[in-house]
Amino acid sequence: MAHLLEVKNLVTEFRTDRATVRAVDGVSYYIDEGEVVGLVGESGCGKSASQLSVFQLIASPPGKIVSGEALFEGEDILKYKADSEKMREIRGGKMGMIFQEPMTSLNPSLTIGTQIMESVMLHLKMDKRTARELALELLRLMGIPDAIERFYQYPHQFSGGMRQRVMIAIALSCNPKLLVADEPTTALDVTTQAQILEIVKNMVKKSNTALLVVTHNLGVVARYADRIYVMYAGRVIESGKSKDIFAAPRHPYTVGLLKSVPRLDEPKGRKLVPIPGLPPSLSSMPGHCAFYPRCSYRVDACKQKPWPELRNVGDDHYTACALDMR
Amino acid sequence: MSPSTTEELLELPPKASEFKRFVRVFFGRKVVIFGTVVILLFLLTAAFAPLIAPYDPYAQNLGKALESPSREHMLGTDPLGRDELSRIIYGTRISLAVGIISVGIAAIIGMALGLFAGYFGKITNTVIMRFIDAMMAIPPIMLALAIAAALGGGLWNVIISLGVALIPTQARLMRGQVLSVKQADYVTAGEVIGASDLRIMTLHIVPNCLPPLIVLITLNLGVAILSEASLSFLGVGIKPPAAAWGAMVNDGYRYLLSNPVLSFAPGFCVMLIVIAFNLVGDGLRDALDPRLRGTL
Amino acid sequence: MAAFILRRLIQTIVVLLIVSIIGFLIIHLIPGDPALTMLGENATQEQINALRTQLGLDQPVVVQYLRWLINVLHGNLGKSLMYGESVTSLVASRLPVTFHLGIIALILGTLISVPAGIIAAVRRGGVLDQLITVSANLGMAIPLFWLGILGIYLFSLKLGWLPVQGYTSPFDNFSLNLKQIIMPVICLAVVPLASLTRQTRSSMLEVIRQDYIRTARSKGLKERVIIFKHALRNAVIPVVTLLGIQVRNLVGGSVLVETVFNISGIGRLMVKSVFDKDFLVVQGCVLMIAFVVALANLLVDLSYGWLDPRIRQEE
Repeated sequence: MAHLLEVKNLVTEFRTDRATVRAVDGVSYYIDEGEVVGLVGESGCGKSASQLSVFQLIASPPGKIVSGEALFEGEDILKYKADSEKMREIRGGKMGMIFQEPMTSLNPSLTIGTQIMESVMLHLKMDKRTARELALELLRLMGIPDAIERFYQYPHQFSGGMRQRVMIAIALSCNPKLLVADEPTTALDVTTQAQILEIVKNMVKKSNTALLVVTHNLGVVARYADRIYVMYAGRVIESGKSKDIFAAPRHPYTVGLLKSVPRLDEPKGRKLVPIPGLPPSLSSMPGHCAFYPRCSYRVDACKQKPWPELRNVGDDHYTACALDMR
Repeated sequence: MSPSTTEELLELPPKASEFKRFVRVFFGRKVVIFGTVVILLFLLTAAFAPLIAPYDPYAQNLGKALESPSREHMLGTDPLGRDELSRIIYGTRISLAVGIISVGIAAIIGMALGLFAGYFGKITNTVIMRFIDAMMAIPPIMLALAIAAALGGGLWNVIISLGVALIPTQARLMRGQVLSVKQADYVTAGEVIGASDLRIMTLHIVPNCLPPLIVLITLNLGVAILSEASLSFLGVGIKPPAAAWGAMVNDGYRYLLSNPVLSFAPGFCVMLIVIAFNLVGDGLRDALDPRLRGTL
Repeated sequence: MAAFILRRLIQTIVVLLIVSIIGFLIIHLIPGDPALTMLGENATQEQINALRTQLGLDQPVVVQYLRWLINVLHGNLGKSLMYGESVTSLVASRLPVTFHLGIIALILGTLISVPAGIIAAVRRGGVLDQLITVSANLGMAIPLFWLGILGIYLFSLKLGWLPVQGYTSPFDNFSLNLKQIIMPVICLAVVPLASLTRQTRSSMLEVIRQDYIRTARSKGLKERVIIFKHALRNAVIPVVTLLGIQVRNLVGGSVLVETVFNISGIGRLMVKSVFDKDFLVVQGCVLMIAFVVALANLLVDLSYGWLDPRIRQEE
């Protein structure tokens, strides 16, 4: 059975004036209809870049999708040119994205109403009046009060949380099969974060939309995700069912991540253990496992071999660590 | 045996590499190299004019007036028989001197005004900026024209009037920079410690305002040279027998049909040197801080 | 928006006041006796004294200024020594000509530069972009008077297509006027053309990098819609602010262009008066120009305030 979206061995590079950097280094993942999948990792690990690649939103100099496939409903959409009609139908129509920075993600010179209506008028071929009705309905669904007044207002008159709600409305307006949320709450304060996540969760549940959450926040992922992919330095280093990963992580990086996040179900005295060191510079990657310098489980053998491929260690549970950490 | 991983991994760029990056970006574009070479050539020409020029630029020879370009006189001769090429070579001195000095004056006064306006704010700011606005309402050429005329023509009056005309842009930019640098935490820190205003201004604020100002100064050099040529074309600035490019274009205007080179050559030089300064200015802007791209 | 308008109006008035002070000071910059300089060496002491009294030069500076200012506000700018007529009428008769050329140059410049800038930005790095950028850079460096002379050489003397100089009113002879103004207008237009093209290009490049453009792309909108509906709207705002400066530069350019093409506009009047030492006319020109420029700046700022929703909605 084909997955809704299956990414196979995606490689995306960025050329800076010093070197070429592989932001996405052979990444594979999939998501099925109605699933909630989390893509977790530190800043710079390539999680956002891989999504942007799938949507073909990578700025073409300096970035370039080098190889790989992204099968949406069976068809490789990376074959289409970024600006082609086929790609544009899917982007926005069948796949929607919400971005990290609500403050700058809306056009300051256009009204909120116009920005919401654009999508449905394009993809669902609605006329202005129907589109307006739909937009107003969406605003109400998002919990924005005085929807009619707000419809004619400009982004600068909205708070950060409200702008993010508008972004969600826009992304979901055409009833996409897949919604990608790229760090949707990072720029918001804690209470707003919770609200936004609830809204997203409810909306996708209602319409059976698949949800891919890209984040560095494990708490978000723990609460909502069915499955998780953990990324590091451009690669997926562990993947599996959410509960398996939390209960029995099989990669030292994942272990480190979990140890560094406070949990309510732990004794008060436990210290938070940060992962020492910094992520590697992507422009000068070693041939062996990139996590080696910071790994508390490492052995000399890890340095001799090339970075391990993902191997199966359980029910749909994969890890890129050669060691057995049980 | 655990290697000190943090040290291994921390890759702080040393200061030297910042300079290397600047050099690399600056000379990365061919046009910038072209501009730099042109400016250097003009500077050298100005410096060594007596050695390079084949004839004395002031030497009249009425018997050989208005000759077309030939082996002896590569660009021909002007109405008074003077060698055009030599006059152009010597003209380099006037253009560059006027440009550099007037921009220097404008930069110093403009930066001071901008600094005070931005740092002290409130009334100082309002007074200075309204004054700047008023000066900017008058086209620079007219301002320079009026001032140079009132003071009488001649080299120094042109320099002064151009200097005055170029103050507004310098002041405005400096003020803008001061305002944004002022917000920086290290400035607040200085204030908290109780450092004196003067100290804060000179040590912290000014150095950080410099990059866009350096670009503006470079671009203004082009503007100044262009303006000087315009003024001497009009007959207000430096007058014959001095070899000023603008005046030479004016002299040649009457003889356009027979000796077009007399007007073409000096004007072309003006254009060339101004392009060079513009290209170098652009290159500096890209090299110093690519984020400035939209603002200048 | 109302507060914004009021603020700008007050600013403009203050600026004009300061301009008047600068204009006033021009006469006082003259080293030595201004009256003597203006009348020349052949003037009798009587004439000099008469002029001094007329100009009020024997009174304290502040009083002089106030008297002068009141006169100016009544439209009395004194009399031209050269022409004998009142400065005001002299300046007023020349202004329309300069205005005629200037406005055509501005419109022409804007109509070409905005599309050029957009194309250069959208096709960044390509052949078209390089061509446009190089042309714009050239335009910013080329001496206007030289360009005029080149044009005259080519089109008037060599090809004989266009008249060398002069300006007749379009109401008297429209087609002649048209031929006369082609070259001067093109020369004048070069500066705003180059400047606006560069600004449009960099403004567009800046806007295209913004997050909200990425959002627009993520909606699957056509590239053309993104450029014109989303990007351009935001990109023109900084360009509009440049228009005020362009008006000022156009006037500056007219000084040169009118001299080369012998057109009796305000630019040439100013140059001539400078040589005639007819300083009252010089003063009048400066004041009139500054007034026009300040007005243009005000209009530009108001339209900018209207274009940017953040200012328009200010309560």
